[in-house]
Amino acid sequence: MKPKREVGIVGYGAYVPRYRIKASEIARVWGGADDGLPIEEKAVPGLDEDTITMSVEAARNALARAQIDPRTLRAVWVGSESHPYAVKPSSTLVAEALGASGAILAGDWQFACKAGTEAMQAAIALVGSEMTDYALAIGMDTAQGRPHDALEYTAGAGGGAYIMGPAENALAVLEGSYSYVTDTPDFFRRAYQHYPEHGNRFTGEPAYFAHTLAATQNFLELMQLTPRDFQWAIFHQPNAKFPLQAAAQLGFTRDQVAPGLLVNKIGNTYAGAALIGMTNVLDNAKPGDRILLVSFGSGAGSDAFSYVVTDKILERRDLAKRTAWYTARRELIDYARYARFRNKLVMN
Amino acid sequence: MADNLAPHWRLRAQRYQLVGNVCLKCDAKFFPPRQVCAKCRGTEFDLFQFSGRGELYSFTTLRSAPAGFEQYAPYSVGMIKLDEGPMVEAMLTDVNEDKLTIGMRVEMVTRKIREEDGERGLLVYGYKFRPSDA
Repeated sequence: MKPKREVGIVGYGAYVPRYRIKASEIARVWGGADDGLPIEEKAVPGLDEDTITMSVEAARNALARAQIDPRTLRAVWVGSESHPYAVKPSSTLVAEALGASGAILAGDWQFACKAGTEAMQAAIALVGSEMTDYALAIGMDTAQGRPHDALEYTAGAGGGAYIMGPAENALAVLEGSYSYVTDTPDFFRRAYQHYPEHGNRFTGEPAYFAHTLAATQNFLELMQLTPRDFQWAIFHQPNAKFPLQAAAQLGFTRDQVAPGLLVNKIGNTYAGAALIGMTNVLDNAKPGDRILLVSFGSGAGSDAFSYVVTDKILERRDLAKRTAWYTARRELIDYARYARFRNKLVMN
Repeated sequence: MADNLAPHWRLRAQRYQLVGNVCLKCDAKFFPPRQVCAKCRGTEFDLFQFSGRGELYSFTTLRSAPAGFEQYAPYSVGMIKLDEGPMVEAMLTDVNEDKLTIGMRVEMVTRKIREEDGERGLLVYGYKFRPSDA
C-alpha cells in the first residue's frame, strides 16, 4: 500500500519503565527453567505507571523531535491491550497532556501486539489522503502474564510513539506498507479477565511465523526488494528466539536485526514491541538507510513497512531522550516487589 | 454513581501540562494560577505553560500515607523550584529516598496520582517530578 501523498515519520519517541526483574528470579519462584529462559530480564512498570502515563512520555519525546505545534495534530491514537479503562479512551488523556485536545480524532486501538502498527497504518492513510498534515500513533503496553505461566517470563512494559507527517518534513520516508490478517485464535483475553490465554505451541507456526513470514514475503515481492536492500530489520519480539528464527528464514542476518531486538532486556512489550525496536534503530541509523518494520499481533496479523532515513534524523534525534537512555536506567527488583507492583497481591 | 468528577476535570490543564499564569503587568509567573498578582496586585493574566524543569528545594518521605495513597507508601514528596520561578509541591517518582539531594535537577512527568473509589472509580493523573537523569 502506498499513500497518494508521500508520508513519513516526522517525530518518534520511546518509553520503558525503570524497574527490571530477571527471568531467573521468576524461575526461582516457580521453577520451569529446565528448557532455558526465553529472555534475560524484563521491564516492570512502577505503581504510578500505566499505558496512559507511558504513552504521554513517549509522545512528548516524539513531539520534541517533530518540532511541531501539538495543536497541528489531528489524530491521537493509542494501540494497546492494557488500556487502564475498559470504557473511556486512553487517547483523550494523552491528547490533553500533549496540549493537542480539541479539533482531533482520538481513539484506542486493539489488536493484541499489532495495535500500535495498525494505528500507524491509519495515521499514514490520514496524512497520505491529505485529510491532515500530522497524526500520532502510539503502541504501548504494560503486559500481563498469569503467575506461573510461560508469559510471565516475558510480559514486559514499554513502547513507542510516532508522528506521521508529510515526507518533506520527515526523518524517515515511507516507501510502502502491507498488512496480512487471518482469524487465528492463538492468544486472547475475554472480557473481565485479568490475564490472557494462549495456545502454547499454537502461537508459533500457525500464528507468529505464518503471519510474519507471509506479510514480509508478500511485501518484499510487491516492493521488488530483497533482504539485502535493507540495512536494518525489526520484527515483533515475543521472545528472543522467534524474531531471530523468522529473520533467518527470510534471509536477514543477525547484524541487520540486532539493533531492533530489545526483548532480551525489556521483555515483550506487546503493542510496543516492534515500535520500540524501531525507535532504537532510528536512534542509530544513518541517512539513506532502509528499514523494514514488521509487527505481529495475535488473532492474528502482521503489518510490514519500509522506511528510508533522511538527513533530518541527524538534527532531530537528540532533541529527546534516546531509547538507550530508557533501557540503560535500571533498578532490579525481586519477585516480591514485582508482585506488589503488578497488583498480584490481593489486599481485601 | 461516580462523584466529584468535575473538580478533577477543571484542573486538567494544571495537572497534565503544568499550566499556570503570567501577570500581564509585571510578568510574574504563578503555579497554580492566581486571580490577583501576588507581586503587583494586577488582575490581568495570560495562561503560561511551565517547562517542567527545576531543582529540588526540599523533600521528605511519607511512611504513613493519607487515605487514597496507602498503596504508594513509603513515598517521597518534594518542593520543586521551577526554572521560571514558582515553587511547586509534588510527589517524587522514579527515585529512591537515599538518592535524593537538595538542589538536584528534576523534571515533570505525568503519572497516576491515585484511584478514586478503589477499582470502580476515576483514575486521577497529574504531575510528579523525577531526577532529570533518573
